[in-house]
Amino acid sequence: MELFEARNVEKVFASTKALSDVSISVQEQSIFGLLGPNGAGKTTLIRIINQITAPDKGEIFLNGKPMTRADISQIGYLPEERGLYKKLKIGEQAIYLAQLKGMSQRDARKNLKYWFEKFEIMGWWNKKVEELSKGMQQKVQFITTVVHKPKLLIFDEPFSGFDPINANLLKEEILNLKKEGATIIFSTHNMGSVEELCDNIALINKSVKIEDGPTDAIREKYKSNIYDIKYRGDFKNVDLALGTAYEIISHSENQKGNNLKVQYLNGNSNNDLLHALMQAAEIISFEEVIPSMNDVFIKAVQESNKN
Amino acid sequence: MNNTFLILKQEYLKRVKKKSFIILTILMPFLIAGVYGLVIYFSIKDDTEERTIAVYDESTLFLGEFSDQGTTNYHFIPKEEYAQLKSKIKGSEYYAVLYIPGTIYTNNQAQLFSEKQLPFELTEQIERKLSRFIENDKRQKVIEDSGIPDLEDRLEKTKTWITLNTLKISDSGEAKKSSSVVAFIASYAMGLLIYFFVFMYGAMVMRSVMEEKKSRIIEVIISSVKPSQLMAGKIIGTALVGLTQVAIWVVLGGVGLFIVQGFFSPESAQQMSQSLMESQGQMNPAMAQAAEPNKVMEIMEMVGNLNLPLIMFSFVFYFLAGYLLYSSFLGAVGAAVDNDEDSQQMVFPVTFPLILSIMLLFPIARNPEGSLAFWCSIIPFTSPVAMMARVPYGLPAWELLLSMGLLVLTTVGAIFAAAKIYRIGLLMYGKKVNIKELIKWLRYKN
Repeated sequence: MELFEARNVEKVFASTKALSDVSISVQEQSIFGLLGPNGAGKTTLIRIINQITAPDKGEIFLNGKPMTRADISQIGYLPEERGLYKKLKIGEQAIYLAQLKGMSQRDARKNLKYWFEKFEIMGWWNKKVEELSKGMQQKVQFITTVVHKPKLLIFDEPFSGFDPINANLLKEEILNLKKEGATIIFSTHNMGSVEELCDNIALINKSVKIEDGPTDAIREKYKSNIYDIKYRGDFKNVDLALGTAYEIISHSENQKGNNLKVQYLNGNSNNDLLHALMQAAEIISFEEVIPSMNDVFIKAVQESNKN
Repeated sequence: MNNTFLILKQEYLKRVKKKSFIILTILMPFLIAGVYGLVIYFSIKDDTEERTIAVYDESTLFLGEFSDQGTTNYHFIPKEEYAQLKSKIKGSEYYAVLYIPGTIYTNNQAQLFSEKQLPFELTEQIERKLSRFIENDKRQKVIEDSGIPDLEDRLEKTKTWITLNTLKISDSGEAKKSSSVVAFIASYAMGLLIYFFVFMYGAMVMRSVMEEKKSRIIEVIISSVKPSQLMAGKIIGTALVGLTQVAIWVVLGGVGLFIVQGFFSPESAQQMSQSLMESQGQMNPAMAQAAEPNKVMEIMEMVGNLNLPLIMFSFVFYFLAGYLLYSSFLGAVGAAVDNDEDSQQMVFPVTFPLILSIMLLFPIARNPEGSLAFWCSIIPFTSPVAMMARVPYGLPAWELLLSMGLLVLTTVGAIFAAAKIYRIGLLMYGKKVNIKELIKWLRYKN
């Protein structure tokens, strides 16, 4: 079932278009990646979802109903530029922020305790933010985002500025939250994390959505007939056997076997390639190369910029 | 509404729980009293510096007549010494050199040489001595010439000092003792207080907004509450801090007044005023005679005769309205800028009318019925300070109501304009903002 949907959203700032006719829909209990180069309009879309800015055109739905101000307590938002009150004690401000999301003081305290204990930071409760390192602050920020058990979680560039240990912790927690029923939208430039986490993605470039769908399907779509082949035999023979119908992208030799990366040109099939190879060498493995999200991203954006 | 209350509570408690707030609130009245006390102490304190003034009396009128006074001694010197000393006072035993020329009787001029800036009291003292002597001398001659035997006594009896008892007739026809001096002091103090309160708490709102913007917590906050709720909570919470402070001072003041009243029982008041009169007596014996002994009680009565309930009410009203007006502007400025330098530049144009009104406070308090006072107290941007300066004197009800009405209307408009700037400004970073830019924001739709 769809938890969230944005329909034909449009937003113009002064003279620049931030979003033009963007629609996305997010399945319940899934992780949705919002991708795109800097300035594409991701943060604008995220702010519209959070009702910080209103769209000029288009509608947004939560649970199939048009979103209202009251729905805001069902969202947890970790902005890209995030901060805390410097002079306030951690525990005090975490309770305050949770209360602003509609929790009672008692529930807030109870839930916060759970998270503080989970992250082993109970000892910081009475410390001021200015006494904490950046990594410590990030943990607190994460907790204040999830403490009110929101149905929809939105992370804007969650991995930027996180050290690898915290980034990993965050990844695990995002997966845990999904398991417990939360739906997550996040924007990122970290394509590795997209492959690991995202069930679906949308790619936005220059205010326009240029691609969306399940992560695997999109990678599948952008594959370009490239194969990784391990074989035993003489490269010269292989090269000769493949002839001009195939392009050899790379080639290396070692004791266990030789590696070859080949792209076949139009009009050929896997079997044709295998057939040609079999005559020249002994094949150990044969695997189609699925492009990384990184490759997909670059290719899609470059193509869209050409048009 | 619930969110506004949460923010209000947070802002209020954050400030009231601060040690600096508690200390400042309790110490402030003592500090102010202390400063005034010191000023008064130093102005009535006896001059204790030992000085010797060399006197060269060319006129030869004063021989033996120049008596020492307090710690100032006069020492007559001959002409030769004067000639030497005049060019070289430094290193000599003398503080200054007084030259009484032979022409003093006709042209009323004398000279005092010194290498230091001379205290006002000293020059005044010498002037008085010289004048009194010459005056007496002249009068003596007139008396002798006239041939009337008891003229001196009769002239003495003509000296007069009239004390003006100002009475104010209230609407009910009752005459109450008032004092323009008491009203002036109250007027000036009220204007100053309003200025400080509006400025202090308005700036507090601005800093609080800037803090949220600079620490980047703002985006999280406005994803939970509406910017208008955030601003309302902040402004009301800070206003309550101000009112708390005033309430504490009123209580402290009440307790203080009670103690003072006990201390100034009629007998002690009489004593006190007598010693007060004595010190004044030197200056003007005629005036001292005329003054009644229980002057302190009388001042108390005059303070009591000010329309205190109206003053209190007006104070709270003009504080709240003036504060709302300026804090919404300052809050908008805080949201629009993202560094301290820019805020400095913006604060001045925004608060200029307030600064102007404090500069005009003195003329307004001195002439509360003039056209300057009238217009300043009607125009909403200057009216909080200017009107507070007029209220202690009393004024027609329609003027007060007009001023209040205009201020309320302007404040409501200002809040709407500020809310718009605030909402746009909060997430605007790295943009140099000026007044022109802010006006452009006001024109943005929704």
